[in-house]
Amino acid sequence: MSAIRVPVVEKIFSANDRMAELNRNLMNSHNIFSINLMASPGAGKTSFILETIKRLNHSLRIGVIEGDTAPVTIDADKVIAAGMPAVQINTGGDCHLDASMMSDGLSQLPLSELDLVIVENVGNLICPAAWDLGTHINVLIASVPEGDDKPYKYPNIYRGLKVLVVNKTDLTPYVKFDMDYFRRGVEMLNPGLVTFPLSCRTGDGFYEWIEWLKSQVRTHQSNS
Amino acid sequence: MHELSVTENVLEIALSHANASLAKKVTDIYLVIGQLSSIVDDSVQFYWDYISENTICAGAKLHFNRIPAKFRCINCDHEFQMKDELTACPNCGSMQTTIISGEEFYVDSIEIEKEVDKGI
Repeated sequence: MSAIRVPVVEKIFSANDRMAELNRNLMNSHNIFSINLMASPGAGKTSFILETIKRLNHSLRIGVIEGDTAPVTIDADKVIAAGMPAVQINTGGDCHLDASMMSDGLSQLPLSELDLVIVENVGNLICPAAWDLGTHINVLIASVPEGDDKPYKYPNIYRGLKVLVVNKTDLTPYVKFDMDYFRRGVEMLNPGLVTFPLSCRTGDGFYEWIEWLKSQVRTHQSNS
Repeated sequence: MHELSVTENVLEIALSHANASLAKKVTDIYLVIGQLSSIVDDSVQFYWDYISENTICAGAKLHFNRIPAKFRCINCDHEFQMKDELTACPNCGSMQTTIISGEEFYVDSIEIEKEVDKGI
């Protein structure tokens, strides 16, 4: 026997990344723009999706993929009740969605009838950051009661974001949240990151997010 | 993080390269992991021992080459290393930085054994 060193240099998630690329191509072929929505549990992901659907007021046709670790359809049911197609993906306890689960979700949506697919990832600030789903952009919702130190504690998730939403700004008078300290941490990880402070409860700040989202979808569709 | 998925992916990559090289056995696997890729080495090794059983990778040793997170200050060009948490540039105090290393996450190489070619 002889020992031989074989060079590999392959990304550990290369299989996932290949599947993600297929998902992206599939959505491009249907002229669909898609977002991967990440946040910790309780940051307001589902409320944010519902409020986005309501304020878009049928100006875009939206499909939603809901990722959950448990076999419950609470979130998908809410989206369907709001009049949009939704599928629930149960990760079977896994802490994140991956490109293969995303592919499953896409296969259950009427793609030819959609402009926008919103993916609600599993509530978690660590794992989802590592897995490309094939969406066009990553969006993170941070919420005021979680505290202003999250960029410092969970740096990875702030990398690779296209947009940051800071939800529950209506709670600012009641909790300690130093927006300058928070933003300094974000700036270090993702300089110039587009940020929308808003409140799902009061609707403050939503107009800017909706206009931005519409313009992104329009630009994507006109380039396809 | 999700060490089981990480370990499964490492095994798959190692097996495919080992098979392509007609290996009889894989003895060592060299991983390059940046400090910002938060995985726990011990957990990967723990899963590895289970999932590599009955493959030509069984018993292979995992080597983790940890790459420190390094930043370059946009304001003054100073380069500095992250210790436990994010800090401002120690030279000028700016928090506008670019990351120059620490996000690596790949299988660099494997060491294999193969039957010596007896020649013709």
